Amino acid sequence: MEFGLTEEQRDIQTMTRDFARERIAPRAREWDREHVVPMDLLAELGELGLLGVCVPEEYGGAGADYLSFILVIEELSRADAGVGVAVAVNTSLATLPILEFGTQEQKQVWVSRLASGEVLGAYALTEPGSGSDAASIVTSARRDGDGYLLNGAKQFITNAGFAGLFVVMARTGPPGSGAQGVTAFLVDAATEGLALGREEEKLGLNSSSTRGLVLENVRVAESARLGAEGEGFVIAMKTLDGGRIGIAAQAIGIAQAGLDTALAYAGQRQQFGQLIADFQAIQWKLADMDKDIDAARLLTYRAAWLKMSGLPHTAEGAKAKLFASEMARRHTAEAVQVLGGYGYTKEFPVERYYRDAKITEIYEGTSEIQRLVIARELLKS
Amino acid sequence: MQTVVLVKQVVDTEAEKRLLPGEWRLDRASVENILNPYDEYAVEAAVQLKEELGGEVTVLSMGPQEAEEAIRKALAMGADRGVLVSDPVLQGSDALATARVLAQVLRGLGFDLVLCGSMSTDAQTGLVPAALGELLDLPVLGAVNRLEVHGGSLKAARQTDEGAIVYECPLPAVVAVAKGINEPRYPSLRGIMGAKKKPLDTKTAADLALELGAVGLGGARTRVHAATSVPPRAAGKTVTEYESPQEGARLLADFLHENKLV
Repeated sequence: MEFGLTEEQRDIQTMTRDFARERIAPRAREWDREHVVPMDLLAELGELGLLGVCVPEEYGGAGADYLSFILVIEELSRADAGVGVAVAVNTSLATLPILEFGTQEQKQVWVSRLASGEVLGAYALTEPGSGSDAASIVTSARRDGDGYLLNGAKQFITNAGFAGLFVVMARTGPPGSGAQGVTAFLVDAATEGLALGREEEKLGLNSSSTRGLVLENVRVAESARLGAEGEGFVIAMKTLDGGRIGIAAQAIGIAQAGLDTALAYAGQRQQFGQLIADFQAIQWKLADMDKDIDAARLLTYRAAWLKMSGLPHTAEGAKAKLFASEMARRHTAEAVQVLGGYGYTKEFPVERYYRDAKITEIYEGTSEIQRLVIARELLKS
Repeated sequence: MQTVVLVKQVVDTEAEKRLLPGEWRLDRASVENILNPYDEYAVEAAVQLKEELGGEVTVLSMGPQEAEEAIRKALAMGADRGVLVSDPVLQGSDALATARVLAQVLRGLGFDLVLCGSMSTDAQTGLVPAALGELLDLPVLGAVNRLEVHGGSLKAARQTDEGAIVYECPLPAVVAVAKGINEPRYPSLRGIMGAKKKPLDTKTAADLALELGAVGLGGARTRVHAATSVPPRAAGKTVTEYESPQEGARLLADFLHENKLV
């Protein structure tokens, strides 16, 4: 067993941490309050190579490993969870499925642009009537000459406001054909008939764009189909298997930010004539945060290691995401508690961490779905 | 354009620094070590000159084996190769002894320009550039906040309270850049990945045929005899009882006058 990071992983982690601390964290409060998606920052991330961390060099990426990507998501999310998820979605849910399931042509057309940030990617599976029950989607893709016509609506699409590419799951089979009738498509955002819904007003994650999509006779060529007809659900689920590890890392970053703030505050705040860090009541909170963040890291890094070693990681990714997201929600609440009344105000960032953490229990598979995934793997044998 | 950048690995500026008891040297093992922040400006300046004029940037450091990490960061920022002088006999070198070692390496390297930061954040002497100029018989310019190279000469500006002083001098030269001459870049991922493939030579005192009496603790002209901690600040005075804001302000002003603070 080897628990240490390689020199390269550590250098990437250090650079991202420095960058996030100096360039992202100081602006996060304003982005949250003003609901701003920091496009200038995303461009900067592209220049640094952070939008294509684990994309091979031949496709314009940095050529680092998957664990490095996970470390990057964690460090970015520690400064701003909305920035973290923008990067996680661009790589996990748009770039990696093209690398895994795409044709040579699709890789040439899209991957280097996604890795550099010239184009950002989004993933459109969820629909107004289809969330956890993803196999029930009704957006249709009907054969039309040498291509397809897409019709339907998608909901809660992260990165939608600025994405240049949508990975869209649509039904090529007859209505009610379930998982077998789903096909994946790479849809250029500029395609006629594709319109965006309004920006959702959310509890948190205000620096992230979340919008619906309306597809009205959106015509795509056959070359835009990702994988075979009917393979879309498998592609969607395999993509989420990896995506979840990224969300686990996002949750860890948020929780770590909560601990950082609580620790600093407890070391300065005096009550009853002593630092509150000297009270066991506070020490226990801090110790539990640190312990659970560590446990989440170990689960998450293991899942990342399995993925980059080409080993099965469905249940391990689900465990990491489930544990990390619930831990983040619980401990960001504890961080607010450590800061007391100050923690409840927007003068301190912990209330933002608390609001941001909640989404990690919902998107890319709710906690309930993660338990289902784990139980299924458990009962398989 | 061949530029050599002198760098030093220092303890993290945010870390709590400790001195080794009895030796009065920094305890580097207990904290994170980083590339001296002032040196980042020199690395950035060198990489910018390379981008403009072509050529090569060599990063030179003296320190323990771990100082490789500081060199690697400079390589990740765009420098081309590194040289680390590392030898236990060099421990305890003061600024002059350090300059002697660096001068010896520089004699063996072809260069047009030596760039360095204004000082290291640990010892903060800022003496090495001047000592190097003396040892190598080269012009030295310090506190430079603008730098241009044209053919065989450089033009450098130094900001003062009254205005900017512009100097010109022939190359080769030694230039210490001021904080703020540029905004050092973050190493890109590609830079980080590529840094490991760039050549990094490690040299010992023997490799450099150094005269041992002139380097290390034995060659140091200065010695730290003692160090004391800054005494904790005495509790301040809080003005809490006053009849009116005017009276409160007067009490504050009295305090400042009594303590000769205004």
